[in-house]
Amino acid sequence: MAENTKYTFKDFKSDQQVRWCPGCGDIAIMSSIQKAMAEMDTSLENYAVISGIGCSSRFPYYMSTYGFHGIHGRAGALASGVKTANPKLSVWQITGDGDALAIGGNHFIHEIRRNIDLNVILFNNQIYGLTKGQYSPTSFYGQVTKTSPYGTVEQPFEPGELVIGSNGTFFARGIDANVQMNIEIFKEAEKHRGTSIVEVLQNCVIFNDGIYDELTNKEHKEDRQLYLRHGEPMIFGKNRDKGLMLDGFDLKVVKIGENGITEKDILVHNAHDIRPYMQLMLIKMKLPVALGVIRAVALPTYDNAVHKQIDEVISKSKIKCMDDLLNSGSTWVVE
Amino acid sequence: MDSKKTIIELERVVIKFSGDSGDGMQLTGMQFSDTSALMGNEVSTFPDYPAEIRAPQGTVGGVSGFQLNFGTEDINTPGDYADVLVAMNPAALKANLRWIKPGGTIILDIDSFTDKNLEKAEYKENPLLNDSLHDFHVIQAPITSLTKETLKELDLDTKSVIRTKNMFALGMVYWLFNRESEFSHEYFEKKFKKVPVIIQANKLVLDAGYNYAFSLQLVRSYRIPKAKIKSGTYRTVSGNVATAWGLLAAAEKSGLQLFLGSYPITPATEILQEIANRKDLGAISFQAEDEIAGIVSAIGAAFAGKFACTTTSGPGLALKSEAIGLAVIAELPLVIVNVQRGGPSTGLPTKTEQADLLQALYGRNGESPCVVIAVGTPSNCFKYAYIAGKIALEHMTPVILLTDGFIANGSSPWRIPKMSELDEIKTRFIKDGTQNYKPYQRIEGTMIREWAIPGMAGFEHRIGGLEKMAVTGTVSYVPENHEVMVRERAKKIEDIKNYIPDIKIQGEPDSDLVVVGWGGTYGHLLSTVNELNKEGKKVALLHFNYINPLPKNTEEVLGKYKKILVTEINDGQFFSYLRSKFPQFNYTKYNKIQGLPFTIQELKETIIKNLEE
Repeated sequence: MAENTKYTFKDFKSDQQVRWCPGCGDIAIMSSIQKAMAEMDTSLENYAVISGIGCSSRFPYYMSTYGFHGIHGRAGALASGVKTANPKLSVWQITGDGDALAIGGNHFIHEIRRNIDLNVILFNNQIYGLTKGQYSPTSFYGQVTKTSPYGTVEQPFEPGELVIGSNGTFFARGIDANVQMNIEIFKEAEKHRGTSIVEVLQNCVIFNDGIYDELTNKEHKEDRQLYLRHGEPMIFGKNRDKGLMLDGFDLKVVKIGENGITEKDILVHNAHDIRPYMQLMLIKMKLPVALGVIRAVALPTYDNAVHKQIDEVISKSKIKCMDDLLNSGSTWVVE
Repeated sequence: MDSKKTIIELERVVIKFSGDSGDGMQLTGMQFSDTSALMGNEVSTFPDYPAEIRAPQGTVGGVSGFQLNFGTEDINTPGDYADVLVAMNPAALKANLRWIKPGGTIILDIDSFTDKNLEKAEYKENPLLNDSLHDFHVIQAPITSLTKETLKELDLDTKSVIRTKNMFALGMVYWLFNRESEFSHEYFEKKFKKVPVIIQANKLVLDAGYNYAFSLQLVRSYRIPKAKIKSGTYRTVSGNVATAWGLLAAAEKSGLQLFLGSYPITPATEILQEIANRKDLGAISFQAEDEIAGIVSAIGAAFAGKFACTTTSGPGLALKSEAIGLAVIAELPLVIVNVQRGGPSTGLPTKTEQADLLQALYGRNGESPCVVIAVGTPSNCFKYAYIAGKIALEHMTPVILLTDGFIANGSSPWRIPKMSELDEIKTRFIKDGTQNYKPYQRIEGTMIREWAIPGMAGFEHRIGGLEKMAVTGTVSYVPENHEVMVRERAKKIEDIKNYIPDIKIQGEPDSDLVVVGWGGTYGHLLSTVNELNKEGKKVALLHFNYINPLPKNTEEVLGKYKKILVTEINDGQFFSYLRSKFPQFNYTKYNKIQGLPFTIQELKETIIKNLEE
């Protein structure tokens, strides 16, 4: 798999002891990121891993790259500053459903809107882990937690919908334990120029254990997960005999071979479609759950545009240095 | 020029231009002040505008004013009370009457004194018809109708015609004070280059106003002799623009790109606008989604090796406080400019106050010391913004620079410095090839850490908001280590006292009473103390720019005086600060909390009272 032999994933581990709970989904996600990084072309010193607050946000300390563990909710703003300051860096924002969607919701939608070239890995465990078990903006309606003893009375966010609503250019979804799929997704995210949002469904073994069991248990997983790849038909199932077709304004699951349906009738995934309607349906679909790169469209990036504009103005302006500026406009000489 | 005219020589004059917020009073005032500066006078200006962009026309709430003080010497403030008021409507008269000197001149646009406008200004009866103005010399000029008459030959719509009436008023004042019109003519030519008819209209109306004042046969006009000004090249600069330029200068001198993360807020927005306009100097301006993202993006940029700044006003500083703590613990260079305004909460957005001092010093969780510097005058904003950058970069720390609405919007002529005259700025980047980099290793003999930034191979490290182990910078919960780190961060700031100048005594050093102030009150305090000294009253002045740390001779100097009078535009914050630092001295205080600067008159009265006690 390795495209270059410069690094192994071990090169991306720091000397710090990993303090996530045994069995935490974060461990697998970190391992996928380290493996993905080892396979990319970027030198170690050009990675910057930025986080906010929460279990997942301890991530930078476990990496051997440059890292900055910020304050709650502000990972997006911090990463935006790093990348805008130096577009040559590969900037990875590690965040969670609380950090990105509650306290940091504003920064989340605005970094996406600007299309800053960041890789944002959103660990979604539908719970607050570090504060020990309160509901989050992705907890389901009615979920019983320490702060919702009678069930939440709040509708959850669907992160992908926020991406679409913010004019996002890249959205992918993965599952913590699915290391191979995640490596592929992370590499795609890095390749994408713009804000790449990768939602990783992550199990919290302590406060929300089993929240994704229906999706991930061995018996059903192939029938409940649809792994999307651009240009390939939307086929899934243990026997790869299920697929998606349009049914009016909705999607429906069909069985290939039944009612005269053949593979040719199955929808082909177009992640590059600038119009988000089909992608939105895929994002919202509950059975099967869509995984992989759902949207990847090309639009100018903010960081690039900022520097391009500066270069253009520099080349045209008569003001070349501070002395020029200080002496520009209306001045007069006192003898 | 008319030879019959009596010309009276004056040392200084205060003029206030006042009208509806759409009447162009700011531009009129700026024209007068630029012309006066070009003619060799000292000038100090202050715009006074409502928080609403276009408050209901004709109401007192919608009045926009521009005050300027010009003269031969000691022009340190825009002046307390006006010698001349230009009032473009009844509301402008009503709003400003209490700020005119008895015997002063009022120039009115009589065309605007209609029943409807009088009603909007909530005048129960026409002030021109009773004796309420009898203390003043009132010139009732039909400004609107004469403007229309002047331009009737031009192919110009009524709205554009009316828009030039401010130039009629300016022309009148130009005659009154023997100003030359050519500077304004040049200004019109530049400003309206693309619309020759507007150039022509403005010139015609300005000259018409001038000729009208001349033909009124006003008995007197005034000459203000040139000031004795140090030789050099000068320009007019406002506090906000000077702040932006000081930051840009620090970036250039340090060899770093400027990154400004900011969110618009009155009265600080102009700094962001100015820097956004300086892409030619390589400045990156990031207009963030909120105040927090403004500072946090700047912290990210500092981590990435830029000269990072954020600009705001009081409520924004409150929103930024957690992030300032992050910059404190991460020990990254950052300049936070706070243009103070009246608070609490939204308070008085367009009015001035010095009430964010304690917020700047202490408004964060934990032991979180920052450098705090305050600026005294509009043009000194350049110097202290530059110094704030120098200290931030050389000492690897956030620096809070306090200005205020009064000096941010005020302007004065400024002797343009040469970049080569400015002090060097030494950055703390780790030297390539250094072995065994540790992020919290202090540079020998200092508390300063070295700066390694992403992209530098071999120096990869992690920083963040969790407490770090001394030297190595790994996360640490060791109780004793926390105390070590808290003290190291405090000492780093305290040590900066060795890099800043001692405080100088101004006025009469050998006095019993010293007046103490800080920040934007400098002009008023200096003029007051100078005047009192001239009158033979012994009083000294200590004016502070460096608030944390204080200059190292502060205690010694304060100890020379029997009485210390601390004057502030707040309820006594610097007073409390000094008392906590040096409890052995006796302090009294004088405070004004009206969203307005001091007047020299009230300061003199207060000081005299204190001298007599």
